[in-house]
Amino acid sequence: MKALRIRVSSNNIIILATLLLLVLLYGAGSMMYTGFFSMQVFLNLFIDNAYLIIVATGMAFVIITGGIDLSVASVVALISMVSASLLEQGMNAYVVMSISLLVGIAFGAGQGYLIHRFQLHPWIVTLAGMFLGRGIAYLIGTESIVVKNETYTKISSYKINLFGGGFISISVVIALLFVILAILVGRYTGFGRAVYALGGSERSSVLMGLSVGNTTIAVYTLSGFCSALGGIVFTFYMLSGNSLHLMGMEMDAIAACVIGGILLTGGFGYLIGPMFGVLCTGIIQTIIIFQGTLSSWWTKIVIGFLLFLFMALQRLIVMRKEKGGNATQITRKIAKNNVKM
Amino acid sequence: MASLASSVRRVTKYKIVWPLLAMAILYLFNLIVVPGFFKIEVIDGHLYGSLVDVLNRGTPLIIMAIGMALVIALEGIDISVGSVLAIAGSMAIFMLEGHSLWVAILASLVIGLLCGLWNGMLVSILGIQPMVATLILLTVGRGIAQLITNGQILTTTNKGYEFIGKGYFLGLPFAVYIAAAVFIIIYLLKTKTAFGLFLEATGANRKSSEYAGVKPRAIFMSAYAICGLLAATAGIIYSSNLSSADANNAGLWYELDAILAVVIGGTSMRGGRFYLGGTVIGAIFIQSLTTTIYSLGVPPESILLVKAFVVILVCLIQSDAFRQMLTFKRKVTTS
Repeated sequence: MKALRIRVSSNNIIILATLLLLVLLYGAGSMMYTGFFSMQVFLNLFIDNAYLIIVATGMAFVIITGGIDLSVASVVALISMVSASLLEQGMNAYVVMSISLLVGIAFGAGQGYLIHRFQLHPWIVTLAGMFLGRGIAYLIGTESIVVKNETYTKISSYKINLFGGGFISISVVIALLFVILAILVGRYTGFGRAVYALGGSERSSVLMGLSVGNTTIAVYTLSGFCSALGGIVFTFYMLSGNSLHLMGMEMDAIAACVIGGILLTGGFGYLIGPMFGVLCTGIIQTIIIFQGTLSSWWTKIVIGFLLFLFMALQRLIVMRKEKGGNATQITRKIAKNNVKM
Repeated sequence: MASLASSVRRVTKYKIVWPLLAMAILYLFNLIVVPGFFKIEVIDGHLYGSLVDVLNRGTPLIIMAIGMALVIALEGIDISVGSVLAIAGSMAIFMLEGHSLWVAILASLVIGLLCGLWNGMLVSILGIQPMVATLILLTVGRGIAQLITNGQILTTTNKGYEFIGKGYFLGLPFAVYIAAAVFIIIYLLKTKTAFGLFLEATGANRKSSEYAGVKPRAIFMSAYAICGLLAATAGIIYSSNLSSADANNAGLWYELDAILAVVIGGTSMRGGRFYLGGTVIGAIFIQSLTTTIYSLGVPPESILLVKAFVVILVCLIQSDAFRQMLTFKRKVTTS
């Protein structure tokens, strides 16, 4: 039971702040709106954001190596478009899913190869990837395609009942299993350790004899795979393909990572963090929906603001670490920030 | 080392050759494939034709790319320029209701400057990577523009405002003069003031320039502020050309065009020296490419695809590893 005795240190301060924020936001929502504090509203957070949890967890791996992947949103849109158009032609649902995953893997691997082999900035490559993904999706079609495939609609509407009357969708199960798998991979495999080492210091990793090249390519491939999986889950959720789906979602994924305590400079972060980050942004969205009169654009603005706050917090912690200071003052700062929210 | 230095010097000497070459090929292609591309007519004392059109529509991009060049010279990036363009355009047209023309323009420029300062603050004081820092404004910016326009597409009938983007002066579009003025001002800033020197020094090596007494924070702040200001200028021209402000679609994907223009112009993503002339040529090249694709009747959706490939190609050409791989084939691949 040693694990239960959590001490506040600069290592877990952000994730604790995120949990606190999560409780505060949910508490505030429950106080303000009737019907907010229910099992189903909470479970809906998972149902509505299952794809984002998967994408953000993949993004976390990339950010831990010190890179970034801006192409995720357009890959999700591309996958939704590819699968919708293939399903329209009457292809088998499981074949379509495999093709989707392969497209994602190929997309990610290509980006990783360019980044590693030619030492290009990850963001310029993935920025081009972002336009490439949208461009291909536009070429497939500019109109929305509705998915009528039986397997997809069945998976989409299947409800898994839980104790206490709530239900979740298959997508949620996929997302949660994926997060657990990601945590295990990050913790107990050589690949996971290489990812953290690479983010800590690329030069040291080379000197340690880690294969930096393979890890870089693998991590972007993983992100491509996650985007594809997220795309499939998103297609279950929306039951349509549209090249304009999820404009600007890459910021949501990055925000989820940052709020979840993944350090943008790389080398540090808990892989459960992105899920908490997604829940935070999900609650904000739900509050804005419950509020009713605010336009949906406020969600983006509030998430952007939250992203900024947590970035500032990260910066503060890194600066403290460099100076060798203690964590108590930071705790106070966080408390202040949360009150402001 | 001597051979390396001489080869670097040789390449820098020819930096502007690449965009010019690319443009020459594109125009040669147009000469053969698109009839009437070079036709210029004089109607009512105004010049008309595809070439004038390229210049006219390209002005927001040229102005924006000049601002981007300053930021990229610092090894930074500003991907929020498209959103800043939308904010500035919305602001100007919103203010035209009940305020005078100058107040509207001033308000729009001020909000652009504020956006630039915000980005500069995130990058220089908080030390966040430029990509992520400006990503905030990329997505939030459209939300802010939506709030200004209240979710609608605003229109204006103010004649003075429309003149900025649609008016003609001495036969040429008025916006072209604005772009020329911006170019001259930034060029003088680069060559005649200490700021230009400090900017390139900081971009080339931040630490050593800091030891030499340059204050990188102030340099970063001013570069991002200028970039925001120029994006707002572009926003005014863009919205005045359309007499309307669309928070969702104004300047969509412009950030890639601006980055592309700078990179094609020979400025390295790694910072240091930057080339304003090349940037302008790069911007005109991109606008010509867009116009060509439209006049060919190719689905306009493929523009994104073509541009994505051009970005990767240009970055590959700049990459040392790629050059080593193709030492002898380089001329073949770039032409």
